[in-house]
Amino acid sequence: MKPAEPAPRGYLHRQLEAIGTRVASGCEEVGRFFYILSTTLHWTFRRPFDLKEWGRQMVRVGVDSVPVVGLTALFTGAVMALQTFRGFERFHAEGFVASVLSLSLTRELAPVLSALMMSGRIGSALAAELGTMRVTEQIDALYAMATEPIHYLVVPRVGACVLMLPPLVMCANGLGILGGWVVAVNLLGANPVVYWQRTFQYLDLNDVMSGLIKAAVFGLILSVTGCTKGYFTSGGAEGVGRSTTAAVVMGSVVILLSDFFLTKILF
Amino acid sequence: MTSPSAPVPAPADATPAVPRIAVIDLWKAFRGKEVLRGVNLEVTAGESFVILGGSGAGKSVLLKHLIGLIQPDRGHVVVDGEDLTCAEPAVCLQIRRKFGMSFQEGALFDSMNVFENVAFPLRRHTRMTEAEIADRVHECLQLVNLDGIGRKATNELSGGMRRRVGFARAIALQPEILLFDEPNTGLDPLTSAVIDEVIIGMRDRLPVTMVTITHDMRSAFRIADRIAMLRDGRILAVAQPEEFRQLPDPYIQGFLAGEPLEEEVA
Ligand SMILES: Nc1ncnc2c1ncn2[C@@H]1O[C@H](COP(=O)(O)OP(=O)(O)OP(=O)(O)O)[C@@H](O)[C@H]1O
Ligand SMILES: [Mg+2]
Repeated sequence: MKPAEPAPRGYLHRQLEAIGTRVASGCEEVGRFFYILSTTLHWTFRRPFDLKEWGRQMVRVGVDSVPVVGLTALFTGAVMALQTFRGFERFHAEGFVASVLSLSLTRELAPVLSALMMSGRIGSALAAELGTMRVTEQIDALYAMATEPIHYLVVPRVGACVLMLPPLVMCANGLGILGGWVVAVNLLGANPVVYWQRTFQYLDLNDVMSGLIKAAVFGLILSVTGCTKGYFTSGGAEGVGRSTTAAVVMGSVVILLSDFFLTKILF
Repeated sequence: MTSPSAPVPAPADATPAVPRIAVIDLWKAFRGKEVLRGVNLEVTAGESFVILGGSGAGKSVLLKHLIGLIQPDRGHVVVDGEDLTCAEPAVCLQIRRKFGMSFQEGALFDSMNVFENVAFPLRRHTRMTEAEIADRVHECLQLVNLDGIGRKATNELSGGMRRRVGFARAIALQPEILLFDEPNTGLDPLTSAVIDEVIIGMRDRLPVTMVTITHDMRSAFRIADRIAMLRDGRILAVAQPEEFRQLPDPYIQGFLAGEPLEEEVA
């Protein structure tokens, strides 16, 4: 069933066709994401549970990422303290630096920045790992051994990300606040005790919780994106490279977009 | 020609045994390039079936269809009366338990060492104890002349070793149906003969059905109950080894003699 010989095309025709191709591949991308997401959910609570693999992935995602995420948070807190101080100084509100810092860190900066870092660290690694397995037929081999690759490979990885991002963000919260405190007390001459009090004065459990919920959702997004890109890799080593880059870019963009809507929902 | 929705035709009365695997009018194209163009094939239970064909003829693609790794554009693959092309994923998974497959490039899991690779299907699908698993893995590695390399990482192996580990992994569970994609390509004659011996041993002792792809004429004639030639996306001929040698088709005669057709040289 060969398509009929295409008629000669005008400029408009070509442009429309290009747009159509873009839209189609965009839809395919979204479809793949939700295919992996739904299949992962479907298999998550099915036996056999590979507890060893879950543990391995959780260590890799959680423990091994503490330095990266911690460092990011520490310096973000420090910079935030400097910046808000410079601004608040102009209308004599230096006293609120601590409160602003703890709110913005727990609600927004710690989850989003940690997720972006993790997208670079874990999302890319997942895409590369699964992509390599795809192009070397290891995923086919799993199928051939009556093992659903999504069950064996994707479920523990996604699970580890969803479970480990909230604790990581909790660490980031603490270190970010610590960074701000160090700068405020040592460089900006804040009173350590008052600063400490102000940090928690307006901070609600809800603020922290909304940040942690965001973290879990971001963990889901970045891991499913990475796994989707890896799982549907084609075209050898170059294809793996493409998937890896795309996983980071797409993961980051989707994290930032969904952040808006999550913030709106979780207010 | 069968439309996708049509019921699977019953096996003709002429065939004495019910086919274990039936391939019916299989078509597959990759990006417009037609690789399989109406393959028909029946593999009887308990036989050793060999597929020959030129490089790039679509042998690996055909083999992957048999286990449902690739979905055809048209046609059916029926395993024990169950149509793989339209079965539910869960049913497919169940059917695949009957299979063992070794891949052309080994397809070993590079996150595991050799031992874990061979043990994988055992851990996954049996309740064997660690000791039983270790015994079985050593037995399989011994069969392919690779005893004692269990601790090696897969990237420390040569191509031929990888393929043999893949072979060991495929037979570890003693599945009912085995698919081998060029198990002895790139092996020296002696090691190649060892693989042949394993295949012949299983054929003679176990009620196992085997489909093997090979380029090696000698091993094809040693291991085969029947031989098929794949060319231009179709099965050119199927015959028992002795008959196959006598087939008048010039392409097959050229293939056996290792001489190209005159028309293709020109
Ligand atoms: N995933 C794929 N995407 C696109 N084309 C493919 C794909 N897999 C196979 N092909 C094409 O199908 C044809 C047959 O490939 P196949 O691997 O089945 O050959 P083969 O008969 O096994 O050859 P060899 O003996 O060299 O292994 C080749 O032309 C190949 O380019
Ligand atoms: Mg091949």
